[in-house]
This record gives sequence, structure tokens and C-alpha cells, in this order.
Amino acid sequence: MQQRVKYYQTGTFTVGNRLLDEEKRTVQATKERNNSLTCGHRACQGCGEALGARFAIDAAMNAVNNKLIAVNATGCLEVFSTPYPESSWRIPWIHSLFGNAPAVATGVAAALRARGETKTRVIAQGGDGGTVDIGFGCLSGMFERNDDVLYICYDNEAYMNTGVQRSSRTPPGARTATTPPVGEHPGNSYNQGKNPALIAMAHNIPYVATASVADLHDLEDKVEKAMSISGARYVHIHVPCPLGWGAKPSNTIRLARLAIETGLFPLFEAEDGEIVDTTPIRKQQPVDEYLKLQRRFAHILKDPLALETIQAMADRNISRFNLVREMEVTNNG
Amino acid sequence: MDKPFAITLDIESSYSNHTGSWRTERPVYIDRLPPCNDACPAGENIQGWLHEAEEGKYENAWRILVRDNPMPGVHGRVCYHPCENACNRQQIDSAVSIHAVERFLGDQALKHGWKVEAGKDSGKKVAIIGAGPSGLSAAWHLRLMGHQVVIFEAGPMAGGMMRFGIPKYRLPREVLDEEISRICDLGVEIKLNSKIDDIPALMDEGFDAVFVAIGAHVARRTDIPARDAGTILDAVSVLQNVETGDTPPLLGRRVIVYGGGNTAFDTARTAKRLGASETMIVYRRNQEQMPAHDFEMHEAVDEGIMVRWLSTIKEIDDTSYKIEKMRLNDEGWPEPTGEFETIEADTLILALGQTTDSSFLEKLDGVEVERNGVVKVDESMMTGFPGVFAGGDMVPADRTVTTATGHGKLAARNIDAWMRGEKWQAGDRHEIAGFKHINPWYYTDAPKKLQPVLDIARRQSTFTEVVKGLDEDNALFEARRCLSCGNCFECDNCYGMCPDNSVIKLGPGKGFEFNYDFCKGCGLCAAECPCGAITMIKEPE
Amino acid sequence: MLKQIEGSKAVAEAIALCRPEVISAYPITPQTHIVEDLSQIVKKGALGNCQYINVESEFAAMSCVIGASATGARAYTATSSQGLLFMAEAVYNASGMGLPIVMTLGNRAIGAPINIWNDHSDSMSMANSGWIQLHAETNQEAVDLHIIAFRLAEQLSVPVMVCMDGFILTHAYERVDIPTQEQVDNFLPKFEPVQMLDPDEPLTMGAMVGPEAFTEVRYLSHHKQLQALEVIPQLASEFEKQFGRKSGAMVDPYHTIDADTVVVSLGSINGTIKDTIDILREDRCSIGSVKLGAFRPFPLAELREALSGARRVIVVEKDVALGLGGIVASNVRMALRGTSTPVYTIIAGLGGRPIPSKSLDKAFRQAMDDDIEDPLFLDLNHEVIDRELARMKEQRRSGPVAENILREIGLVGHSPRKV
Repeated sequence: MQQRVKYYQTGTFTVGNRLLDEEKRTVQATKERNNSLTCGHRACQGCGEALGARFAIDAAMNAVNNKLIAVNATGCLEVFSTPYPESSWRIPWIHSLFGNAPAVATGVAAALRARGETKTRVIAQGGDGGTVDIGFGCLSGMFERNDDVLYICYDNEAYMNTGVQRSSRTPPGARTATTPPVGEHPGNSYNQGKNPALIAMAHNIPYVATASVADLHDLEDKVEKAMSISGARYVHIHVPCPLGWGAKPSNTIRLARLAIETGLFPLFEAEDGEIVDTTPIRKQQPVDEYLKLQRRFAHILKDPLALETIQAMADRNISRFNLVREMEVTNNG
Repeated sequence: MDKPFAITLDIESSYSNHTGSWRTERPVYIDRLPPCNDACPAGENIQGWLHEAEEGKYENAWRILVRDNPMPGVHGRVCYHPCENACNRQQIDSAVSIHAVERFLGDQALKHGWKVEAGKDSGKKVAIIGAGPSGLSAAWHLRLMGHQVVIFEAGPMAGGMMRFGIPKYRLPREVLDEEISRICDLGVEIKLNSKIDDIPALMDEGFDAVFVAIGAHVARRTDIPARDAGTILDAVSVLQNVETGDTPPLLGRRVIVYGGGNTAFDTARTAKRLGASETMIVYRRNQEQMPAHDFEMHEAVDEGIMVRWLSTIKEIDDTSYKIEKMRLNDEGWPEPTGEFETIEADTLILALGQTTDSSFLEKLDGVEVERNGVVKVDESMMTGFPGVFAGGDMVPADRTVTTATGHGKLAARNIDAWMRGEKWQAGDRHEIAGFKHINPWYYTDAPKKLQPVLDIARRQSTFTEVVKGLDEDNALFEARRCLSCGNCFECDNCYGMCPDNSVIKLGPGKGFEFNYDFCKGCGLCAAECPCGAITMIKEPE
Repeated sequence: MLKQIEGSKAVAEAIALCRPEVISAYPITPQTHIVEDLSQIVKKGALGNCQYINVESEFAAMSCVIGASATGARAYTATSSQGLLFMAEAVYNASGMGLPIVMTLGNRAIGAPINIWNDHSDSMSMANSGWIQLHAETNQEAVDLHIIAFRLAEQLSVPVMVCMDGFILTHAYERVDIPTQEQVDNFLPKFEPVQMLDPDEPLTMGAMVGPEAFTEVRYLSHHKQLQALEVIPQLASEFEKQFGRKSGAMVDPYHTIDADTVVVSLGSINGTIKDTIDILREDRCSIGSVKLGAFRPFPLAELREALSGARRVIVVEKDVALGLGGIVASNVRMALRGTSTPVYTIIAGLGGRPIPSKSLDKAFRQAMDDDIEDPLFLDLNHEVIDRELARMKEQRRSGPVAENILREIGLVGHSPRKV
């Protein structure tokens, strides 16, 4: 894999870079970015989802000339952004229910098509609970019909809005309000997990990607690419939750980065059901570097077997998605 | 608006919800002191000029550089760059090759003939004694402040140790000459072959202040029992003669240089170039204790110079030199072993250090002179005699070109203030930006660019410059390896990563501001600032 | 144009004449024929750009039309029974957001026991969801009510459910006058939403509302229903002028002027009731009927007026509020509050049980003698009930009551146990 731009002071990893051509900078680096989710919202300090939503929606807005409608599932994002009488959104936005965002989006897209409005595009978005659990039927239906909707899941790995209960995205061993760290097998069960991106791929939809708030360039590229394609698309974004994970609000990006660097959250993209690219790990880290910053895993750190199991999960991702490999670096000149 | 009540809202109505009230800590932008700047004896704003160079704005970079140091072409070649030893990038891969970029900028300036203007005439006049790096530097800065400057140089050429102590294969004379003439172009008069003995008389001629920077060029000698001594020279005169070409030294085929400093190595390498086929350095301590820089030794060894560590010369009998082996005692000091051997050599060159002849200053009331002619100065570089300042190798400090250049700047500032009846105050020093303030993840891997080196055969026979400069691409690359420690370089991380849109981007070169109406104080901006230019402070009551 | 046509097909044609832009549905008996016919119409291109979305559930169907309606499209769906319950959350959501969706409900019982036949349990489950509920007596009325429903929904920004009895209407072939496109276009203007998702005028729809404004939001929804009480009769009268027939009356009286006893009902059963009244009146009984054209809003004042001369009221309804009795009857009592007029409840036609005129005749006579059980479960098989109750008493354990009853009456295999 080639580093996408020539070497610059801090390469491509910062949000902006005064040394880059303007079109190679991120949308977030521009003064003109839309701030689709703007200030005054009531997300907790250091909220990864608030960040992920602005990253993704601004990128999408930029890609479609600001012709965008968003449908939002019930959840933190919805609650913190639209409590009467204040909305933090700067785009046409609708919230209907917890489990129906994909179907509502289908309806929005259908209405646009019916009215011959071809320029406006539709995004549906929700947290992991709204997407991977309660909304999964609607999501699969939307995929299967190949409706012209980009669905974005902001995955913070539990039901945070209701007070941190387990979802099907909660990682093994994690403490939540419904998987307390007591008994013989403390924390969440060591189950098989549920990978919605891989399930999305099984629908053979044109585009599926995973992304992270820790890699903005990658995230924006993926959203932009998704918006250039019609049909059903799915982008799954990893967004740490300081409150739910028991982490410092200032560690949000660091945690997302460590999830990538440990291999626990692999970044990849797929077209028409086939993986076409994965993002290699820059500096591989052992899983405990990630786990130790989160109180939800405090009990894991004292349990070598649990640690080993989680490391094995990371290793499996690394080999499955070929995450550790030589990177060709394009130097200047 | 005919919209349903409450359940439909106007966009961006949340602006009325000032979430800044949640905050217990707030982020603030700060400038930390980059470790390179901190380490620079000339006080250069290295990070500042690298910032400009990164954008390819070389002239801007040069202009920032010469605010502190008028001779980047020289320093890019001869400075021992303590900045690079301090560079935080060492902990990622290797230090930024600051000297190479400095040299590139210096050469660009000469190529393009970049000039600066002298300051508005102040009506004050300063005499400088000695046209070495310190005197030239002081002259430059004083001219920028608008003062009249005359330099009195005892020797036949300007440059001091830059010319008479550093061989031209390290510092080509065109570079030195052009950088000196750029100083002269500012309106500095240099009177060569003008030795000053009477400073009060000089001041009577209308000089408001005097800066003495005569260096240390009196070779230190040692007593070695000699029955029938062969040729014994001192390093300073060898190098000087090579430079002036007056009396080219006849060294013979076999040369011993006695000493372990940079001058010893420079002399040995010069001897090699003058035709000595066997050149050996004899030094009484070991490699770790040698004052010369490692690169000097490596370059010398590459060129075929031999080094005998832990050896002293006990006796000389014509061309026979009796060497005694030393060993380190428990305190690490060398002590004799009683083991001897004999080496044949045509010439011995002593490179045992230099002292200053400051007898003419001792006459002045209040001036204190220490051992070896070192003159005491206060924190404003002034001697005990009002209006007489001193700097460079003749005052207690590291004896390097860069330190001397820094003294020149410092003296100029103090002289300027003193002439106005004031006292110059240094600004507050910011906290140093350490590696702990850096978020290294954001910096891409970028191995250092190496400067090309002349082939060995030519190095052994000519005075052609050994180390070449970087071309523009590589110089730019090198500049861009800078981490910008402690100083915002507008990477937009804070702006992009604030979950609350509470960072206002002011535009290129203007940086950012926090919008405390909405900032919740999460600290993400500070945590993700690559260079440590944001800190969190307790929210004011 | 007069056609001998299946009710579902007639309704599908009527919907098509209303030029829907988005149709989304999920198959469930007995509504299915309507959306099957519509899919044909759309696929043939008769509705231009109309989008027909086959979704994976009723929940998705309602959600899809919510999205479409919020984006300014005229949107339609249909369901029945379990389907309505499965979309329940979205049903409330559509009305909460004031989206003018029209939905046909092919009324059907709710399980368990699973039962595909007609009663009103489904629509009654959503009676308080904020939707307007219109009930058709005939297929002609079903056709007409859909045309009125779109106009009503869009005028008030409120969703409208048109209820038609499953099988009895949906699958019945009757003579129906299908209006022309021109007639419908004249009656139903282009949809102009009061709010919609539009990048040129962004807004936030579906905000979270706390205690400080929730009551007001609910009051305004209630107010919309009250407005409908006035708008529906206006539209009915306008409809009559344009189409030349009466449809959409909130309260439709039959021989009430001189009647001591008035029977109140919803939907198609009114036909049988009127037949029974004719027989009873021949027998000099002072009896009439009132058909309710809408269950929500409930026409309290208009009904009270219509029942003002009655000495007693009988409500025949196809649903039951378990543990209470009649649902419609309770609403009728509300209309008569403050009077001493007794209201008798006849629970009839549950799960598709036929409602013979003979049984109604008998029950009405008992009521006219003020000697009727309340509620009366019409044609209840007391023998079966008594046996099952006795068995339960003996065995002191519950069980699959439905299965036991079916065994008792011999519809499924013999009971393994000899009682």
C-alpha cells in the first residue's frame, strides 16, 4: 500500500496540513466545512459519536454539494442533538424510531425518486444498538433491495443512551450495566460476535467499509467514495464512548487509534461483496495497551486467560485482514 | 412558520445552549520552547525558520535565521549543532538535519544575493576589536539597530578562527568571504592589520562603546624533554600558514599531532592534504574522553589518519618519539604504565589548546582576567570597565564559532541598551517542549536525508569541501521532518477533532481560537495536538 | 364507471386515482389483494414515477411511508391484524409527526389464536394512536373514503386509516362506481406538505420533547381530531356535490326519528342490522340504527343528537375490551353521558363468526324488553364454555384453551385425555 500523498511534515495523519494541496486536505480542515452537527449539543465531553457524525456527515455533504437528507435512529446521537427546543443539526434531518432508520431512509429515497429529485442523497445513521440489534431487520431489507441509501453505524459498543447495557457489538469480557464483572466469567460473554460489515457484504451491496474517528482521512475517503456510488452502502464507524467505556474524555481518539493498532477494529472496504482493501496497522500494539485505558476492562487485566483470548481475537483479525504488512512510503521527489 | 410545535425544530437552534458552562478545565494555546532553539548557542529560532522552509519559503526562512545569526552558510558547515542533539525527532527516528537545512538556506542567500537593510541611524558609534565570528556577529546586530560600527582586526584577513582555525575542506573560503562581505555591505568598516592596545584612547575617538572579541589563538605549549628536537610546530600556526600561504609549512612525510580536540583532527587532516603519508594523532586519554566530535574523528580515520589513544610523548630525540602508554585509573584519569615504545616522525604538531593574550585589557580599571587570559564579564557581557564588553573565545564559555556568534548578538543587545542608559532584559523562557508533549503518531516515518560526501582519494589530496550540501528536494524534505515542537503549525487537529466545534480557525498564519461558549473542556484537542501547543488549565472561578 | 369488482381491486383502483407517489406494503391477509393490484398498476407504469417498495415487514412498510411522507410524497400503505400490531410503534410515530399517510386496514382478528378472519380488534388496538379511523360499510364507500382520506389527511396533516372488513368487503365482488381521474383530480389537489425534508430549507423533524411541552404536543394532536369532526362533514358534502353520492358521513341514521331503540355499529354489519330492523319494524317494533362512519375522531355530539330520541341504545361491535366489555359501547356511553339511556353491548362476529340476522333479531328483542345480558356475546356456545370452565375448575391448571375448545367441538383431533 502506498502512502497516499507525498511526505509532509506530519504526513497525512493530521486533520489538515498547510503544506498539502487544498483538495488533498480533509473536509474537517476547511473553514468552509458544513458543521452539520454543530455546537450546543448535549453529548458528553469527548464524545466519539458526536465527532464521528460530524466527520461523516460533513464529508458526505461535501461530496454531494450539500444535497443531503439524514434519517437518524433513536439513540445518544438523536437525543443529544435534538432535545426540544434546540436542534444541533444544520441539514434536513428526521428521527422516527429506534429500529426503523433504514426503512425510513428507503422511504425518503423513494420519495425523491418519485419526485424526480436526483441530486439529493440520503443517509441513515444510528448507533450499534439501533443498527446491529433492533434495526437489523430493516437494515437487511434496505440492503437486499439495494435502496439508494448510505447507512452509517456509529459503533460505541453498547446501549449508551439507556445507561450502558450490552449490545451485540459489546466486546467479550466488557463490563456493562447488564454484564457486570462478577461471577465465574465476569463481564460480557465470550460469544461469537456479530460483524455487521461482513453481513452487509453478504448482501453483495456495492460498497461496505469500516472506519474510525482515529483515521479521519480514511473515514472521509470512504464516505466520499460511498457517496459516489448509488445503491445500498454501509459504513461502520468506531466511536469510543468515554462514559460507557470508563475512559478519560481526552482519550477518545487515542482509544480509537489503539483499537486499530491492536487489530481489534480492522479497517477495510468491500465492493460488491468482496474485500478490496484493508488499512494496514502502522505501529502494532498489544491489546492490553488498549484495554488498560478503559475501566470496563479493569477485571480483564487481572485475568491472563481473558487477555490471551482477546489478543487471539486481535491476531485473528490481523491475519484475516492482512493488517500487518510492509508499507511502501512515497517520499518526496 | 407552519411547522408542528416542538417536534419539528429550526436547524442550529442549539446555539442558544452554551455548553461551556459544563467545563472544569479549559484548553489554552501555548508556545513551548522547542528544544533545538533552547540548545542553539546563537539563539536561533530554528523551529521558526524551519516552518518557513517547509513551505519552500526559503527567503523568509533565511530572514528569520539572520535575525539571530548573520552567517548561516558558515554555521551550516561548521556548527557542531547541539540543536540536533536536543531534537525530539531523535526519539522517533533520527534528529532533523538542521545544520544541512541551515547550510542550504545560507547557500541560497548567497546564490540569490539576499540582503538586509541596516537600521535607522542612531547616532551612536561602537568599536569592535577582532573580526572573528563574535565581532562580526556583534557588528551585524549593531548595524541592524542603526549604530555605526568599526571593526579593528589585528590580522591581515577577517574571519578569525573561521578562517585560521577551520580548514577550507570544512569551510570553503568563498562562503566565508561572501558572508563577511554581506556584513560589510550593511555599512561595517573593517580595519585590517589594526592592533588595538589602548582602549580608552579608542573611546576618546568618539566610540560610545567597545566590544572586545579577540579570540584565543595563542597556542598552549608543553614541556617535553628533547635531546635534539626535530621540527615542532603548533597547530594554530600550521593552520594559519596554510590559510595565508605566507610560509607553507614543510611537514615531511610522517607527522604526529599531539592532542585530542577538534583542532588536532583538523590539523592532522590538513597535514594529510599537504602530503604527509603517515599522520598520527597521539592523545593521552581514550576516545570517550576526547573533546573532538565523533564525526571529526570518523572523517579523519576515513581519510587514513591513525589515532593512538592513551599515549603521551615522553621524550624526543630528533625524529624518534618515545611514547608512554597510559591507562585509566579508578577515577577515570589517565596514569602512566611505564610501558614505552618509539615512533619515528618528521614533524610534531602540538594541538594542546589555545589561550588569549588579554594583557591590553588588564590595564583597564576594573577588568578582571583569569587564568589563560580569560576575561570576566557580567551577565550583560560587560567587563569591569564601563562601556567595554567582551565575548567569544576570550570569555568563559564553550569555544565554538556558534557560541562566539551568540555572544556577538548578546553583546550587541546589551551595548545597545547600555548606550541608551538602559539594561537589556531577556524575555521569559517558555517551558521546553519535551518528547512527552509530542503525540508522535501523527508524524509519518521519514528517515533522515544524508549529505553526500567527497570520495576518499580527493579528500586525501585536496582541500575540496568534504561534505556536500543537500539539494532543494532533500533540504525541503529535511525541513519537513521538523516536529514543530511546542509551536502550532496549523495542522488543524484541534479544529477537526473538537466534538463540540469549539475551535475557531482564523485562517492561514493566524492560528486558532477556542470558543469557550461551547467548549466542554474534554481535552481532546490537547491530547491530539501533535506538537504540544495546547495545555489544559483549571477553569478560572 | 360502474364495475362488478372485488372490493380490494376497487380500492386499489381508487388509490391509484389518488396518484400516490410512494407505496410500501407487506403481504398479510386479507389486505393483500389491494397491494397486489397496486403493484400491477405501478409496474404497468400507470402511476408514472410512483415507487412501489416491497419491504420486509409491516414495521418497515409504515417506516418507509413515514420517510416518504416526510419528504413530501403522497404515501400509502395497507395492512391487517398482526401487521398493524407489528407496525404499532411506527403507527404512533406517523401521527405524532403529523404525516398525512393513508393506510387501508383490512380488519381482521388478532391472535393468539391465530385467525385470519374479520373483526375489529386490530383497528381498536390503534384507536388512540392519533390516526383518524374511517369505517366503510360497503365497497363503494371504501372506494370513496380513500379519496376523502387523502384530502382529509393532507388538509389536517394527520394520518388516516380507512377500515374495511376483511373478506366481507375486501374479497367481496360488488357493483362499484369507480370515479374518473378527472373527478378525483378535481376533488384532491396536489399534495403540499406543511413541512418536508428539503436541502434548500433544512429542518429537524422528530425532536425529543420533555415534560415541559409534551402535554401541549398531545393537546394539539387531540385538537386536530376535533378539527376533523368539522372537516369530515364538509368533505363529505363536497364529495356528494362532485361525485353525486353520499359517502363519509360520521353518523348515518336509519329510521331513528321515531325509534325507541337505536342500534349503533361500525362497518359492514350495518347492512345486516338494517335488514334486521326492516323485519322488526314490520313487526311494529320501534327500532332504528346509526352507523358510525368514523371511530376516531368519535362524533360525540353528532351521535348524542342522533340518539336523543332513543329510550335505549344497542351497540353491536366486532371487538371486545377483555375485562371490560364493549369498546364502541363505552364510547357511545360517553356520547350519552348525563342521560339515563341504557346502552347494551352485543359482541358479535369475533374472528369471522357469522352474524346471522336471526341472532340479531333475537338479541334486539331481548334488549327492547330490557332483558339482555351486558355484554352479550352473540351466539356464544354456552355448552362448550360451561364444559371448559368445569374442566378447568377440576384440573386447576390453565392450558391451551383454544385448542381444548376446538377438541370439544370436534374440529381438531380427539383429546388425548378423556375427561
